Amino acid sequence: MDEVRQAFAQALALLVERDARLLEIIGLSLEVSLSAVLIAALIGLPLGALLALQRFPGRKVAIVALNVMMGLPPVVVGLVVYLLVSRAGPLGVLGLLFTPAAMIAAQVVLVVPIVASLARQVIESLWEEYRETFRSLAVPPVMALAALLWDARFALVTALLAGFGRAIAEVGAVMIVGGNIDHVTRVMTTAIALEVSKGNLSLALALGLVLIGLSLAINIAAYGAKELGEARRGG
Amino acid sequence: MIGAAISRRLFLAASSAFVVAGARADAPFITVASTTSTQNSGLFDHILPRFTRESGIAVRVVAVGTGAALRLARNGDADVLIVHHRASEEAFVAAGFGRQRHEVMHNDFLLVGPKDDPAGIAGEANVVQALGAIARTRAPFASRGDDSGTHRREQALWREAGVDPGEASGLWYRELGAGMGATLNLAAALGAYTLTDRGTWLGFGNRRNLVVLSEGDSRLRNTYAAILVDPERHPHVKAVAGQRFIDWLLSPAGRAAIESFEIGGKRLFHAR
Repeated sequence: MDEVRQAFAQALALLVERDARLLEIIGLSLEVSLSAVLIAALIGLPLGALLALQRFPGRKVAIVALNVMMGLPPVVVGLVVYLLVSRAGPLGVLGLLFTPAAMIAAQVVLVVPIVASLARQVIESLWEEYRETFRSLAVPPVMALAALLWDARFALVTALLAGFGRAIAEVGAVMIVGGNIDHVTRVMTTAIALEVSKGNLSLALALGLVLIGLSLAINIAAYGAKELGEARRGG
Repeated sequence: MIGAAISRRLFLAASSAFVVAGARADAPFITVASTTSTQNSGLFDHILPRFTRESGIAVRVVAVGTGAALRLARNGDADVLIVHHRASEEAFVAAGFGRQRHEVMHNDFLLVGPKDDPAGIAGEANVVQALGAIARTRAPFASRGDDSGTHRREQALWREAGVDPGEASGLWYRELGAGMGATLNLAAALGAYTLTDRGTWLGFGNRRNLVVLSEGDSRLRNTYAAILVDPERHPHVKAVAGQRFIDWLLSPAGRAAIESFEIGGKRLFHAR
């Protein structure tokens, strides 16, 4: 248990010193995962709304497929994205392999199913609640959708947080398509994997503690925003 | 409102990510596919800043097993390959993926294992005999099992010892499919024997009960070679910058950088 004690001390020291390399790695982790969540929101929220409100052939298949994709192993997603962006792959000319852009793309694939599935559930249940009201007031569909999204905004933020949690914590996909290159594509999780493989277990654990702290801070901020919003709406 | 503020902030974060990523890509750089043994030891952290200072070329290292590094280079996903398995390197060049193989440095492999040494191989200079003793006593052995240079060397040594460890896979012979450091971590936890390169061993921080038991056999020599990926095969390969890096590794400055890399007063790699 010496390692655990050492890890806590080291994590604290890293944060107090504001170690430049650590800050760089944290910065890149946030850049990659927040970008992935933003793009996934732009794809996943409309997709979830579509699945919730429209009835079309193949809808049930799409819902089941999205639920299955929530459990996709990141390493498989990484491999598929690698095959696409490798110089030998169909998107090879873009030269995206081993760049943050490729890491964002892989994380988008991981996050979209979570955002879309959760958004569909939230919007569907709200729709059940409001359908009659909208119908009796003859609200046009676009406005109805806007109203639903607005009403569901706090639940949707939770969906985005779930997606962010998946993105910031995964290592398999960013390792393959990013390559864990120092100063270029090294993020928290790949740095942790590297330190484990060097046998620097307490440093690896310290980085893990920093990562957990980071997730905690973001979740507290989101929760605070939600509470504030609800209080204001209630008042 | 708050939702809008959050999404605005997210958008800023995302757009700044692309700007930063774009700015990074502007500086000239080459991509080197190499082995976990060179990265885990810390060699690249020691020598690359010197090359970058002299040349203005940044070097991006992707550290994977030799087998995976060869595959990356074959696909054109790297400009330079630095690995340590002669037969595969020669096959790579013969197949027209690389121009020429340059030996840049060497060190050696070590047979390490638990201090209590159940197979009784401590001090055995003949590594093939040592492996034979491990097989006879069915003492646990951790194999990389990842098609890396170290794994291929280990398999060649087993063949020489007349042992087919695959038959004991899952029993005393554990195939991990992991990098050198992860394999050492597991060997330390299990009290297993394993074959490691000296660089990773000296840089490794979690040895616990592991000690060096057999070293010095000429069959344990570990030579690293650099190969420029053939720009005729992959036109986007940065041939000039890549060749400059290889030339630097072979130059007095590069050799001095390699030779000056020490851990605990011990030199890890010897330049050619």
